[in-house]
Amino acid sequence: MDKKHNRIYSLAALAALAILLVVADLLFDNFTRRVFNLCAIYIVLALSLNLVNGFTGLFSLGHAGFMAVGAYTCALLTMSPDKKAMNFFLEPMVPWLANVQVPFVVGIIAAGLMAAFFGFLIGAPALRLRDDYLAIATLGFAEIIRVIITNAQTITNGAQGIKGLPEFSTTWVVWICAGLTALFMAFLMKSSYGRALKAIRDDEIAAEAMGVNVFRTKVVSFTISSFFAGVGGALLGHMITTIDPKMFTFMLTFSILLIVVLGGIGSISGSIIASIVVTILMEALRFLDGPMNLIVFKTEGMPGFRMVIFSLMLMLVVIFRQRGLMGNRELTWERLSEGIRASGLLPRDRAGGGTAGSAGQGKADRGQAGRGKEGRDA
Amino acid sequence: MTFPLFLQHLTNALSLGSLYALIAIGYTMVYGILRLINFAHGDVFMLGSYLAFYGVAVFMLPWWGAVIFAVLVTALFGIGLERVAYRPLRDSPRISVMISAIGASFLIENLAVVIFGGRPKGFPVPALLSQVVHLGEVSSQVVSLVIPVFTFAILAILLWIVHRTKTGMAMRAVSTDIDAARLMAVDVNKIVSFTFGVGSLLAALGGVLWSFKYPNLTPLMGVMPGLKCFIAAVIGGIGSIGGAVLGGFLLGFIELMTIAFLPELSGYRDAFAFILLIIVLLVKPTGLLGKRQAEKV
Amino acid sequence: MPKLESSKAAPVDGKKETMLKTDKVSMRFGGLTAVSDLEIEIRKNEIVGLIGPNGAGKTTAFNCITGMYRPTEGKVLFGGKDITGLKPHSITALGVARTFQNIRLFREMNVLENVMVGCHLGINTGFIAATLHLPGYLKREKEAKDFSMELLKAVGLDNEAAERGVSLPYGKQRRLEIARALATRPKMLLLDEPAAGMNPQESIELMGFIRDIRDRFDLSIFLIEHHMQVVMGICERMYVLDYGVTIAHGGPEAIKKNPKVIEAYLGVE
Repeated sequence: MDKKHNRIYSLAALAALAILLVVADLLFDNFTRRVFNLCAIYIVLALSLNLVNGFTGLFSLGHAGFMAVGAYTCALLTMSPDKKAMNFFLEPMVPWLANVQVPFVVGIIAAGLMAAFFGFLIGAPALRLRDDYLAIATLGFAEIIRVIITNAQTITNGAQGIKGLPEFSTTWVVWICAGLTALFMAFLMKSSYGRALKAIRDDEIAAEAMGVNVFRTKVVSFTISSFFAGVGGALLGHMITTIDPKMFTFMLTFSILLIVVLGGIGSISGSIIASIVVTILMEALRFLDGPMNLIVFKTEGMPGFRMVIFSLMLMLVVIFRQRGLMGNRELTWERLSEGIRASGLLPRDRAGGGTAGSAGQGKADRGQAGRGKEGRDA
Repeated sequence: MTFPLFLQHLTNALSLGSLYALIAIGYTMVYGILRLINFAHGDVFMLGSYLAFYGVAVFMLPWWGAVIFAVLVTALFGIGLERVAYRPLRDSPRISVMISAIGASFLIENLAVVIFGGRPKGFPVPALLSQVVHLGEVSSQVVSLVIPVFTFAILAILLWIVHRTKTGMAMRAVSTDIDAARLMAVDVNKIVSFTFGVGSLLAALGGVLWSFKYPNLTPLMGVMPGLKCFIAAVIGGIGSIGGAVLGGFLLGFIELMTIAFLPELSGYRDAFAFILLIIVLLVKPTGLLGKRQAEKV
Repeated sequence: MPKLESSKAAPVDGKKETMLKTDKVSMRFGGLTAVSDLEIEIRKNEIVGLIGPNGAGKTTAFNCITGMYRPTEGKVLFGGKDITGLKPHSITALGVARTFQNIRLFREMNVLENVMVGCHLGINTGFIAATLHLPGYLKREKEAKDFSMELLKAVGLDNEAAERGVSLPYGKQRRLEIARALATRPKMLLLDEPAAGMNPQESIELMGFIRDIRDRFDLSIFLIEHHMQVVMGICERMYVLDYGVTIAHGGPEAIKKNPKVIEAYLGVE
């Protein structure tokens, strides 16, 4: 399959997505639209976590902390002074924040930058540590952030949280953000920097010996990841319209980690697919928490059962199919068409699409062609 | 701060430190052998408490019977956990095992929510332990005094096992070099199971003792203590039992004494452990009693 | 034994420029002294060997030179500059590249990508330019790709450019590692047991290959090797290490007859 075909398919898909967005915006009911948009937000979050955990091979568990920073930054900057005053009834807000109000675009970029700043601050010391220590250190930092937020009453309104965030996270906004994030990640990973990250993941010592400044590259990767985590957090806040410290616990990081593992650590398309699937599943399986009647098995409602299933899923994937859905391969048009052909749905194509052909270069340059749809491990 | 008050805080700190130490040992033993952070350890602790609770409340056992029951069942559970969640991944990259550990932890927590119910339960503390004794001007619950004594006794037994028995020697061998141990005809699987069993047993004991002192049971009660105890183990030097004990006591002391002297910081209580962790990781990553581990190129 | 071409071998009389020099370098790990008082000198375009029984400290010496370890004592000088204790990537940037005893290829990458990682230093545009695929970056990326393909051709792996690196047979993996090291445009190449696992035919090819790249890329080469045929065949001189101590130094003929060397390898009668 050549570049031209790839371009055509990609543009077609993009057009289809745009139409879907219009439909979603106009025709979906509130609940469906919300789930739909939540998928986009989780795409942003999963991709940002995948950058560090998947592509760079580090193990960071502090994502929720950066999300919190982003969410609070954006909320505090974009809410009107009146709304803020209404929230801060226990203790008045600090004056230099109380009267600030900026447009959403500024707010969201500030959210990302603030989160990136914290990422840099945390990464600089933490990334010197070995992987398991890094995990605990990042987890620790996320908790510290949470504790600080809970206690900084005059800045964050403490444990009460903030209500009444303006609903900036519309369908177009979140999906454009998701698209931009995906594009960014694809471009980054296709570049020499992406190669350096993967080299660090594969063999840190060899990477360093080949001239890669491993520490500095890790910090950059971590900071970029935190940026997008902050953006994701802000989008989340402005969709749910309330934020409080209890939202940003390790459970949240775990959900995103679940998505990344299921989709395949180190696969952009895997993360995207898994985000959508898991978000929809999470909602669809809500019934598990409620009363069930399975004839042999009646319950009055078991809250938490949903998470039991998800935990089980995660463990099954990690034990039996460690590579997740896509492993570290990408879904290219070639793979997709081969998969469809192989499943017998369409007649065999004369043109003989790439078997050992050219590297499929979709619009977003989604990685290499291989043999077979689901990253078969070589 | 009057002296009696200070002594009171000290006793509390000693108790808390002991509890942290008991749980931290489990983390450090498992890490020493498998280089794995057993995220589910804190939930094992929770399980111990709940089982003791059910032992008394449902099975009508006398409190000491319930404790034995809880501890033994939890130890078996720990062994089973290793079999199911960690053994299949023994040759996989460490990230996979850690993810499995996190998954197991969440699984246990949510199962607990489903089975035990999310509402807090009150632990039936035996009267003899909740009595308050007065030593001069200091008053304290019996349990607060019993805990440290008990902990030291357990510790002595554990150290005896590790340093004076063949099994203990095998444990230390596996800790140092798992492949070499295998070549020396050490049944690694058995040793790992044994380690998990002992670790879980200690965690369950910790859970029960914890509930004697803080009788409020919730399914997520193991999360914070679990995390803090792992931090304690790291601070003391992960892989070293003495380090875990040192770390546990250190953490317990710092936590309670800081709040005793600066009560306005009590909201930040949970953050102390993490701040301490960051400091230690930056200054001496191998922990206070830990040793450097170089990687051969 | 093929005749050694001595056209490039300079007599050891100090007339050629010194590339690498170690000044009483010692490496201790706790109570164990892995390397003691290492004093080696490698001049431009020389091929120098480092031999000794297993565990003699040869790889440790390499690690001290390339920055993986900070020597407990002593100094390492490259081109007159003190590089002791610099981080490995800085030392690579100065022109010292290496391969590894256990072949450390990048597992998930194909052959070409493995080599292109070595070009990372050369591309050097910062991640923003790289991500945005700005023209300046694109030009350097293409240069890097062309250079990498050229290197692959030089080692005979250009047909396998798209194969996964670790799926190659052992001998080819070694060549790939060398190509990757060459991509960093080094002035000096440290090879850690390049002939390990090779049969006699491959070893002979390797010898020619090493001489070849030395000439073609104007390199100085320092190599650790156990394969005596290779060592005696291409090294103009060699250092012999035993338990971290340098017990002999000289040309192939002298070393072969040196009683201390024989004793170290074969033990005392």
